Amino acid sequence: MTTLLRRYGWPLTAVIVLLCAWWVVVMVVLPQLVMVDYSFRPNLLPREIGTEKDVWTLANYKTLWSNQIHLAIFFKTIWASCLVTFVTFVVCYPIAYYMAQVARGPKAGLFAVLLVIPYWVNEILRTFAWYILLSRGGPINEALMGLGLIAEPIDLKQGDLGVILGMVYAYILFMVFPLYTAMESLDRNQIEAARDLGASIPRIHWRVVIPHSKPGIATGCIMTFMLAAGSYAVPALLGSPGSRWFTEIIYNWFFEGGDWPQGSAYAFILLLLCLGFILLMLKLFKVRLGDIAK
Amino acid sequence: MTEIAPDRLAALAEAQAPREPETTRRRRTAATTPAAERLRSGLTRFYLVLFFAYLFLPLAIMSAATFNDSRFPTVLPWLGTTTKWFGVLLDDRLMWDALWTSLIVGAGVVAVALPTGVAAALLLNGLHARARNIVYALMVSPLLTPGVIIGISTLIFWDRAFGMPGGVLLTILAQASFITGYVMLMVLARMQRFDPGLEEAALDLGATHTQVFRRITLPFLAPSLAAASVIAFLQSFENYNTTLFVKGLDTTLTVYIASQVRTGLTPAVNALGVILIGITVIGAAVYELRRRQALKP
Repeated sequence: MTTLLRRYGWPLTAVIVLLCAWWVVVMVVLPQLVMVDYSFRPNLLPREIGTEKDVWTLANYKTLWSNQIHLAIFFKTIWASCLVTFVTFVVCYPIAYYMAQVARGPKAGLFAVLLVIPYWVNEILRTFAWYILLSRGGPINEALMGLGLIAEPIDLKQGDLGVILGMVYAYILFMVFPLYTAMESLDRNQIEAARDLGASIPRIHWRVVIPHSKPGIATGCIMTFMLAAGSYAVPALLGSPGSRWFTEIIYNWFFEGGDWPQGSAYAFILLLLCLGFILLMLKLFKVRLGDIAK
Repeated sequence: MTEIAPDRLAALAEAQAPREPETTRRRRTAATTPAAERLRSGLTRFYLVLFFAYLFLPLAIMSAATFNDSRFPTVLPWLGTTTKWFGVLLDDRLMWDALWTSLIVGAGVVAVALPTGVAAALLLNGLHARARNIVYALMVSPLLTPGVIIGISTLIFWDRAFGMPGGVLLTILAQASFITGYVMLMVLARMQRFDPGLEEAALDLGATHTQVFRRITLPFLAPSLAAASVIAFLQSFENYNTTLFVKGLDTTLTVYIASQVRTGLTPAVNALGVILIGITVIGAAVYELRRRQALKP
């Protein structure tokens, strides 16, 4: 604080502190607190607020527990998001390694540009592309029929498969870049040394590359899981009523059920889930929050 | 990397190969056997082709569907080539309204997130260890929060506490609450290469605090400010999950695309996709080229 004051004087320091306070307190922390408070209250009419009916209750949380359908969707969202995270990691690990340690010169630059481009294409458009691929008369169905694997076009948007495929595609680059950044800082001599000493390729990765890339792996997994569990766009476009996502239930509480406290409770549960996943990853990979989101 | 794992020692022990002249040993390690090496590079190439096909084929197919003379966005069967869907798109008033809303929201987000992000980076730079860690965690927390929750909390807070319903203003506030985090990280990255001695020297030579900020700090940060503005605008432009909850009756372009896909889908959506992808590709290529040139001595 004294550093700021000395360099920029008190008027500028006051502006800096006020802007930060506005952001952190008014835009981030207070809304979250109000949402949590709201989730413990009954759904009241405006004139009932502040009356004796306005008490704290756990009723909104009990709803999830007693509603079998919602509970099943909640757990489906968890395992499907874990699956998306795992598949994304498997797909991205080789390309990140290749870019960071194998590719050289202009080729590496070209690959970097090629990777960046789809990253800037709208998530909705990336999902829409899969909407076309998965549709009844779409290329995937045609290809499967051409290979003789299926006789009739199948509805790929009926179950969870379409949603999972779409999510892996939509969030792949949130995994590639953290992995790449972490692997790039690995001294190539370490890999050479391990190879010279006779370590096999899987062992080089298991003992040298992966331990070094832990912060990147943790960041990528956290981002992917958070995006998958919190996605509304992908299940809304690629799912069907039979494959609903937890976020869709939250949305319905707000804009169809008109029960905001109930929706807040579900939203808070989703937030706790993501928080739990972050803590799990930090513990699993033994990294600190400071190493994440760099 | 403080302990030597038994596994590593085993790896060391395994490597007790008979001593050979340096040259043959080098060659052996670089390529165990020609056949194995060929197999490996073949597999690598196969994976690369597969990966980039996976990345680009869906977008290519979506773009191609624009030009198929069919009522639905599809590439099969190909019913002839047309560009009429661009015309349909450009005649769509709703699309223009949505585009306009997106531009206003994007500009608003940049206007809020840029100064706040810079202030946050400066504040973090002036704080020490413990306080810095806590404030940093608070500031990056919106980046690790699902977008729907940011939208919901913003909506409840402003609507219930201040009677402010969803709309352009709330969309700006909700989006800026996490986009400011990106700006802060980008400015902070640039700050790390800043020599604070410059500011000290200017002060010693009698510059005022405002002069130090305007003539030294800001010019140094300028490149990161330009990049952060672009990123902030793009993040805002493509946001869907957060916007959905705070948009009220207003519609941004991304929300428009999603609603078109869900109801009344025609290849006009693909035409919009082609235009947006085209702009993206050109923008990314120009940005990358300029960055390359800047890196060259």
